[in-house]
Amino acid sequence: MNRRRFLHSLSLAATAPASAILAACSSAPRRGAAHVVVVGGGYGGATTAKYLRMWSAGRIDVTLIEREARFVSCPMSNLVLAGLRNLGDLTASYDRLRTRWGVRVVNDEVVHVDVTRRQARLARHGDIGFDRVVLAPGVDFLTEQIAGLAGNSERIPHAWKAGPQTELLRRQIEAMPDGGVFALHVPRFPYRCPPGPYERACLVAHYLRARKPRAKLLVLDANSEIQSKKALFAAAFAGPYRDIIEYRPDSTLLSVDAQTLSADLEFDRVRADVLNVIPPMRAGRLVDRMGIPLTNGRWVDVDWRTMEARALPGVHVIGDAVLAAPGMPKSGHIANQQAKLAAAAIVELLDGRSPDPIPTLLNTCYSFVDDRNAIHVATVHRYDAAAGTVLPVAGAGGLSSAASEEEGRYAAAWAQSIRADTLA
Amino acid sequence: MTGKSTLAALCLLAGTTHAAESATDLAALHARNLAANCTPCHSADTPAPNAIPRIVGLPADSILQRLRAFRSGDAPATVMHQIVRGYSDEQLSLIATHLATSPDLALDPR
Repeated sequence: MNRRRFLHSLSLAATAPASAILAACSSAPRRGAAHVVVVGGGYGGATTAKYLRMWSAGRIDVTLIEREARFVSCPMSNLVLAGLRNLGDLTASYDRLRTRWGVRVVNDEVVHVDVTRRQARLARHGDIGFDRVVLAPGVDFLTEQIAGLAGNSERIPHAWKAGPQTELLRRQIEAMPDGGVFALHVPRFPYRCPPGPYERACLVAHYLRARKPRAKLLVLDANSEIQSKKALFAAAFAGPYRDIIEYRPDSTLLSVDAQTLSADLEFDRVRADVLNVIPPMRAGRLVDRMGIPLTNGRWVDVDWRTMEARALPGVHVIGDAVLAAPGMPKSGHIANQQAKLAAAAIVELLDGRSPDPIPTLLNTCYSFVDDRNAIHVATVHRYDAAAGTVLPVAGAGGLSSAASEEEGRYAAAWAQSIRADTLA
Repeated sequence: MTGKSTLAALCLLAGTTHAAESATDLAALHARNLAANCTPCHSADTPAPNAIPRIVGLPADSILQRLRAFRSGDAPATVMHQIVRGYSDEQLSLIATHLATSPDLALDPR
């Protein structure tokens, strides 16, 4: 256990401002208390940190390590592209995790994790010991799989992690000439947020229809069909956006040219004024630093009773980095549910008890199709001991019958509520 | 899995691991975990106003009645009728009881 050494290194960290050190040390470490380190402060990691403190009634010390100073929500970021929200609306602080829940939030990056010695090494704050570690590293992009893409994210943004890329793509859309072409590439499934690309197509088309009515939007989908809420998105593409959106399935992207903004597909070549390539993705590369083997070279297989990596018991992995169970999307909402599953299991395990044998997860995922109307997909997932995984509960869940303003209000309310559940 | 077999499994677990721990405690734990399915949309901390109804702290009976009405179709819904079908009657009752009292949502004193 190296909490003391960690705090010592914090006190010596000349690079960090004094206020940050004080904030990180807002609660003194206690001898004998179990310590959980959570790496990554997105929807999954931040929720894990909060619920570990809540459900242990403060008995477990929790350190959340996040490389960004503030939380930025990926859900709702497509609205920014359409000029319907600002990035500031999607940005939040970690202060309540510190002040209300007593989480030590450290703004740093983990460079190495030694599972045997139960120690994580931070880029600036030295070593930190733990009894259990939770990795919530999100996704990293496999840009090298598309020739010409690597190193060109300024010319060809992905905007698939909310932040500067979102604002960059927004500026490109605004600068697009009327009569221009916006091309959006959807990677092969699985990827973060299955309905996200189609929501993006709708919202960008909504903006173009009002501001650049002669513009076109090409959806170049590597998949053979729309991957989520298919009939609902197809209705939007064929209805309000029929003169703007052209959907092209089976569009495997081979290479891009950042100079000419052209995209070479298997059977076609496309020139765009704005080229938005969502690259293929995998578990955040943090997991490689611990030698966790990946399924299909991409995702971490977990024990769904505890969210521990099957190959590395004691190390919990949650969120988009996880090999999804059948019918389970990579969504912020599911990351929230996996976070609570992991937090509940860790509290029990650290107290020497068995975790809940039948964990249940719920997903509700809203997408906007314009400035007011939204659609949803919902699923309930329950652990099945015989199958050794979580499975969708038969007969439960479903889709919207049609886009509606009522669901648009719920979608906006969802964003507020899940943020509170995560950070307040 | 039905609610009854859920409880049976929890009791079995109690018997094999910590005989001293009561089935009531395990049921409460299971209720807490199930209720955590609801809070992304129905967080007690959501600032008002919010289009999604606040349910934490309402009487258990009225929460349960509402959940059952979603299931029977008596209450109009956009998504709740699809969600409640994922839970047994007993689970809905556990959820309602937990959301009514929410002992885990107390402020952290530290």
